[in-house]
Amino acid sequence: MFETKLYDIPDADIAWCPGCGNFGIINELKTALAQLELEPHRVVLVSGIGQAAKMPQYVKVNMFNGLHGRSLPAAVAIKMVNPELTVIAESGDGCTYGEGGNHFIHTIRKNPDITNIVHDNQIYGLTKGQASPTTARGQVTSLQFDGVYVDPFNPIAVAVALDASFVARTFSGNFNLTVELIKMAINHKGYALIDILQPCVTFNKVNTYQWYRDNTYILPDNYDPTDRQQAFKIATDTSKLALGVIYKNPNKPIFEEQLAPYKTDKTPVAYRNLK
Amino acid sequence: MIDENVSKISEVSIVLSGAAGQGIQAVEHILTRVAKGSGFHIFATKEYMSRVRGGNNSTSIRISERPVHSYTDRIDILVPLSDNALERLRPRLSKDTVILGEGRYVGKEPNSISVNFEEIAESFGNKIYENSVSIGVLSGIIGADEDVLVKNISEYFAKKSQEVVKANVNAAIRGYELGKTLGLRYNIKPSEDVKAQLLMNGAEAVARGAIAGGCNFISSYPMSPATSVFTELSRLSNKYGILIDQAEDEIAAANMAIAAWYAGARAMVSTSGGGFALMTEAISLSGMIETPIVVHLGQRPGPATGLPTRTEQGDLNLVLYAGHGDFPRIIYAPGNLQEAYQLAARAFNVADKYQVPVFVLTDQYFLDSFYNVEEMQPVNVERYIVKTDENYRRYEITEDGVSPRGIPGYGTGVVRVDSDEHDEYGHITESAQVRKQMVEKRLRKEKLISQDFVPPTFYGNPDYEYLVVAWGSTQENIKEALERLGNDKIALLHFSQVYPVPRIAKEYFEKAKKVLFLEQNARGHFADLVKLTFGIDTSNRILKYDGSEFSVEEIVEALSQEVK
Repeated sequence: MFETKLYDIPDADIAWCPGCGNFGIINELKTALAQLELEPHRVVLVSGIGQAAKMPQYVKVNMFNGLHGRSLPAAVAIKMVNPELTVIAESGDGCTYGEGGNHFIHTIRKNPDITNIVHDNQIYGLTKGQASPTTARGQVTSLQFDGVYVDPFNPIAVAVALDASFVARTFSGNFNLTVELIKMAINHKGYALIDILQPCVTFNKVNTYQWYRDNTYILPDNYDPTDRQQAFKIATDTSKLALGVIYKNPNKPIFEEQLAPYKTDKTPVAYRNLK
Repeated sequence: MIDENVSKISEVSIVLSGAAGQGIQAVEHILTRVAKGSGFHIFATKEYMSRVRGGNNSTSIRISERPVHSYTDRIDILVPLSDNALERLRPRLSKDTVILGEGRYVGKEPNSISVNFEEIAESFGNKIYENSVSIGVLSGIIGADEDVLVKNISEYFAKKSQEVVKANVNAAIRGYELGKTLGLRYNIKPSEDVKAQLLMNGAEAVARGAIAGGCNFISSYPMSPATSVFTELSRLSNKYGILIDQAEDEIAAANMAIAAWYAGARAMVSTSGGGFALMTEAISLSGMIETPIVVHLGQRPGPATGLPTRTEQGDLNLVLYAGHGDFPRIIYAPGNLQEAYQLAARAFNVADKYQVPVFVLTDQYFLDSFYNVEEMQPVNVERYIVKTDENYRRYEITEDGVSPRGIPGYGTGVVRVDSDEHDEYGHITESAQVRKQMVEKRLRKEKLISQDFVPPTFYGNPDYEYLVVAWGSTQENIKEALERLGNDKIALLHFSQVYPVPRIAKEYFEKAKKVLFLEQNARGHFADLVKLTFGIDTSNRILKYDGSEFSVEEIVEALSQEVK
């Protein structure tokens, strides 16, 4: 195993609030990368905009910090050009499910071999407390004074409905589970979604550390994630949120492997014409 | 309007007109190949409605003993294939236009010749062979080589059964013999050189130029008229190893292309104005992270959906100002197929060199028009990617503003690009000092770019008094108009690089008694840009914005008014 400090950015001026769930996730991510012994120059972290999307600023690997909502198209393109890289698209719930909702749907359809980590704190942080696509109906926010009056987006149910090849949910406060799931997602061949429930200590006074502990449970060892009907049932049951690998379909073609340049030659397009 | 300078003996202008789905495209496809194969120069362009069936579309084909690269209103032979064809094209008819076709379509025009295409086709077994009959008739009229006709008909139907091929060939031969007896025989001198040349349209020229420039990635969303470039690259993707993605929307397409350059590809998008409007956020990203993108924009009339299948040069301002913030960009607008090929290739070299967005502006008329050209020559592919080490800084401050560009996985450094303002490592910063340094670094590249330009093309007598200024697809039509005018006081200055406007253009403007801007948009986008650049008077503007291209005759007419 590598040391996690391999991925440290010295003197990084971290823009997260004390107690933010992001601190848990950055440790979990670095630990997963270290345990998988991934060299920094062979990993690309792709993000959009938001507090979660600042993650690559603090992790020393290749970074593509693009535009709000656009982490997935960028990650897909990078994987197309260089399938040998470990490509992780990481952003928040607003960036991925709101601004980037169309990309979320179609990236799942494509099934590129990338990992998609979504920090799901059910609120907008960087813009200061407005509802996110996953904020509960009725929740009062800095903008929705009378409470949210639309239904929340259910990323897990959408991903299962689209037959995503790997769908997992975890809680940032559960270190071991999150590290394990990030490792599984990176090792999974195909698109892998990890929705990470995460408290926003400043703007979301509903979904706190305690709330997540009270409202989640870990899927039992005998749970079969290849059973799509069961997975859909789990995904749509929001009375208590399941953590673990909820759904898996390992038998899907990989997007980039079907593209013209790779039919007879596996050399990444990126390396074909270098001096 | 009849032009007396063009002798009917050396050239014929044929127009086919009918409803969508009637096979005009097939006739155009085969007839132009038969003509070229017989050694005649050809030019063809089409106008069509935004629908899959019905309506009225037309294709104009010029067949000549000299090179023809432009659109003329003149019709020597009109072949109407539906009821409404004749009336719709009446403005283009003259007393000399021959109307050739089925009795029910040619009407009682004085110059009409009724030919029973359908009946002849039926005599070979099926009415649907009528297109082969008409190709045969027209081939007979222009004096095409019969063997070439047979070869092209056979090739076109090669995937059908032997019987169908034979029936079509026989129908074409019957038509050919009939064509020779109609008293319309043209004496077009064939040329051996033409036979070996290629037929190419604007879209193919852009696509092949892109490939010549090392393009190996295209992500796009279909939109007329730009789809044809995307299609051509997709068709050739196995041969040239090109990564293709039909993205979910233009936003994804543009962000993908930039990320593809970041990862080491040479990437482009092909779109039109409405699609490009969605891409503008990505253009700004390209400017900030200094990661290139090549954009092919096939213009069509806006605003909004506008006229989806028609032509305009109305997106120069959009491309010029697209994207928030200050950053350099380069805009090309080819005036003919050779330039389209060269500039599409060059776009990739300069994009890589200066790490900026580069645009190739065409339009529907340009993309859909085709003629015979010599095989395009290979282009030198310039590559600027460096190998990184542990101390690599993506945004290293340099004297000329260009920081060596590494890609992830090539070398041991990490390549960090950031849409936020960033320091040399690519890390987010709000330092006023770093901000100022980085803005200046990005804009410093403009000096290099302004020195590495494609000069405008001057055409005419150096002792001109009137200077016609144009850009993009109008070049060849204006050249022919000037030829017809035969007035050596009028010259043309054509820009295939429209931004930055090459500084050397100034001396051409200063020499002219009167500068006339000719553009296919309602305001005169380029005239405004020239005024902004040089501060000269650009108020003489000849503008067209009805959705169709300037014909040679219209330009002759407009210029005659101006130089009176």
